[in-house]
Amino acid sequence: MDDRQSASGSSSRRSFLRQGVAALAGMSAFVAALSPLKDIDPDDIPTLDGFLQKHYKEMSDQDMSGALQRIQDEVKKRYQADVVVRDVKPSEGVEFVYALNLSRCVGCRRCASACVEENNQSRSMDMSYIRVLEMPMGTIDIEKGDHTYDHPTVPADDHFYMPIQCHHCADAPCVKVCPVGATWTEPDGLTVVDYDWCIGCRYCEAACPYWARRFNFAQPELPAEEINPDMSYLSNRPRSKGVMEKCTFCLHRTREGKMPACLEACPVGARKFGNVLDPESSVAQILKTKRVFVLKEDVGTLPRFFYYFDERAAQHELPAEELLAPSRHEGDGR
Amino acid sequence: MKEYGRFLWRCFRVSFVGNRMYHGWMLLLTVLALIGLNAYAKQIVQGLATTGMTDQVSWGLYISNFTFLVGMAAAAVMLVIPVYLYRNRELHDLVIFGELLAVAAIFMCLAFVVVDMGRPDRMHHMFMRFNFPMSMLTWDVIVLNVYLLLNMHICGYLVYCAYRKRKPGALFYIPFVFVAIVWAVSIHTVTAFLYVGLGGRPFWNSAIIAPRFLASAFAAGPAFLILTLSVLDKWTSYDVPRKAIMTLRNIVTVALIINMFLLACEVFTEFYTGSAHGVSARYLFLGLHGYSGLVPWIWTAIGLNTFALGVLCLPASRRQGWLNLACGSLFIGIWIEKGMGLIVPGFIPSPLGEIVEYTPTLNESLVSIGIWAFGLALYTIFVRITIPVLSGNLTVDRLYEFGAASVPAESDMSSTGSPSSSAPKDLEVSR
Repeated sequence: MDDRQSASGSSSRRSFLRQGVAALAGMSAFVAALSPLKDIDPDDIPTLDGFLQKHYKEMSDQDMSGALQRIQDEVKKRYQADVVVRDVKPSEGVEFVYALNLSRCVGCRRCASACVEENNQSRSMDMSYIRVLEMPMGTIDIEKGDHTYDHPTVPADDHFYMPIQCHHCADAPCVKVCPVGATWTEPDGLTVVDYDWCIGCRYCEAACPYWARRFNFAQPELPAEEINPDMSYLSNRPRSKGVMEKCTFCLHRTREGKMPACLEACPVGARKFGNVLDPESSVAQILKTKRVFVLKEDVGTLPRFFYYFDERAAQHELPAEELLAPSRHEGDGR
Repeated sequence: MKEYGRFLWRCFRVSFVGNRMYHGWMLLLTVLALIGLNAYAKQIVQGLATTGMTDQVSWGLYISNFTFLVGMAAAAVMLVIPVYLYRNRELHDLVIFGELLAVAAIFMCLAFVVVDMGRPDRMHHMFMRFNFPMSMLTWDVIVLNVYLLLNMHICGYLVYCAYRKRKPGALFYIPFVFVAIVWAVSIHTVTAFLYVGLGGRPFWNSAIIAPRFLASAFAAGPAFLILTLSVLDKWTSYDVPRKAIMTLRNIVTVALIINMFLLACEVFTEFYTGSAHGVSARYLFLGLHGYSGLVPWIWTAIGLNTFALGVLCLPASRRQGWLNLACGSLFIGIWIEKGMGLIVPGFIPSPLGEIVEYTPTLNESLVSIGIWAFGLALYTIFVRITIPVLSGNLTVDRLYEFGAASVPAESDMSSTGSPSSSAPKDLEVSR
């Protein structure tokens, strides 16, 4: 019995030392493992106000003005730029629709770069909300489109061009799948993201059939002199890393009666935008008179973005009789 | 309550006690987990740009592992069903090992989801605005957490009863066991619906995915248990009934046959009709427009699974060595099949037809290995605690081997989870 006690006594002293050393080694290894955190950008650490901020839809006017002020201060601190961040609300009786004339588009990609500048997107990543596909004639299967075409001049022979951006679907799968309701459809039909609510799970990116969403894999790089200072909460204010962003039809412009940046940049007038509920608007006219179609109609998301080919005026002016003339049926090649 | 605190304290203490091999194994896992933590700290600082993911392939290794581990967790019930539905007593004690595996696997799942998030600091938004029932992800959050609680309750209750030397009250756990059986199917089904519900991804938009998930899980999960049990059988003196292993072998064989059959069905539908829906499958199995990043993966998986199935169907797999080989290869095969063979190809080509390939970066691989090491360490500790409790060496009135080293004669080394030959010297002795 004595032996046992003395044995366990000495061994407990020894083991105490050993355990102490092991615990110390463990702690220091743990701290060493976390050491990269010391390089974290102080601007990346969420502030208490940011942490406690409510969801866009739950903010009172007072909450919102506080949030806008905080965002302005943060932009000032990070980018040394004086900006104005507003919260532009939708108007009654407005539903925005986009129509794109594929017969006119020449594939110059000016829309895509105008989008980057207008929406304060990162210059280091290819974040443009607009992808222009170069399509061979004879198909509208986008699988056959070329994303990376690079000619000195456009358009290339025997090709047409198909710009694709967010279609602002009426039954948007991205809205459906978001676990925290950080993305939703506004009353005027715009699908928006609360960048301060998004948790960055990228489920919406997987759900979108039009590849319209972009994720900030790193902190966006944005030179101060290139910042567009006219910002709104739901559209073009700078995003943080780790959140989703997307085309908002430039709601900070369009909700105040201006046109989206991509439309203004288009040199050939291929883009038409407006309120479809206004029968006089160009988009309402186009939907009524042109043969419009939507991309991937089979996925059933009811896009608010329409494409059409302009029929050549000459064909319309042909007298009906001539169209039915026997020579045509005999197939002499028209 | 005080007694329960003491129980937890003793469990904590016993998890540090073991022979040299146990300590070596735990040290290895700890080092790997810390390396993973280090890699994750880098990811926090730099963003998910440290991974190989892109806007085109927006989910990669993390979500692949998550999906696979949900299956592992669900498969724990494959031990429970024979015991409680068919009253197969041989497996009775082993049920707990299955459910402990479920607990460890769910912890790994949750870790994989967290590391995949761009803004984990906003986790609390889940509680403030929960898009239920529209988002399948919210369903998954619910079913996984409830499953975790169910299994923690069942294991915790049974182990604590054994510790207190009380007979478990049937009412306190049998109903939970039955709920857990149904729940296990639900976790993997809901996880499959995460992908199946996306109309814009034809590769996933197939009703067969959920059954495939279940079949592959019910092969990989019990296969992992066979490997675990054979380690316990060999390196500890815990006696694993031979019949239990053979029951598991049957489960694995049947599940693997069903899994391969379903894969064949999928391949037929994708290829025979030749529709545009098959492009992802074409990319996966054959390569597309000169891109073939996933081709070696899927054929390796099919090769491993076919080999495993062949071995399992032969009498040779009654021998533990062959059985372990088959289990190991199908475990890897199914891991590939679910990740590189199912999650990643869903993104290639992109919805706009662009082909951007995905290769995991070193950093994201280290994070993944770290989480696996963390999960395995968790499971090892669970098993380490459970064995002496179940065999009556760590009970309310028995202090177990904290003092055992000095009194080897008194202690039943066979049940401590250590090979008896080298045990006395290596055990940490402390009171």
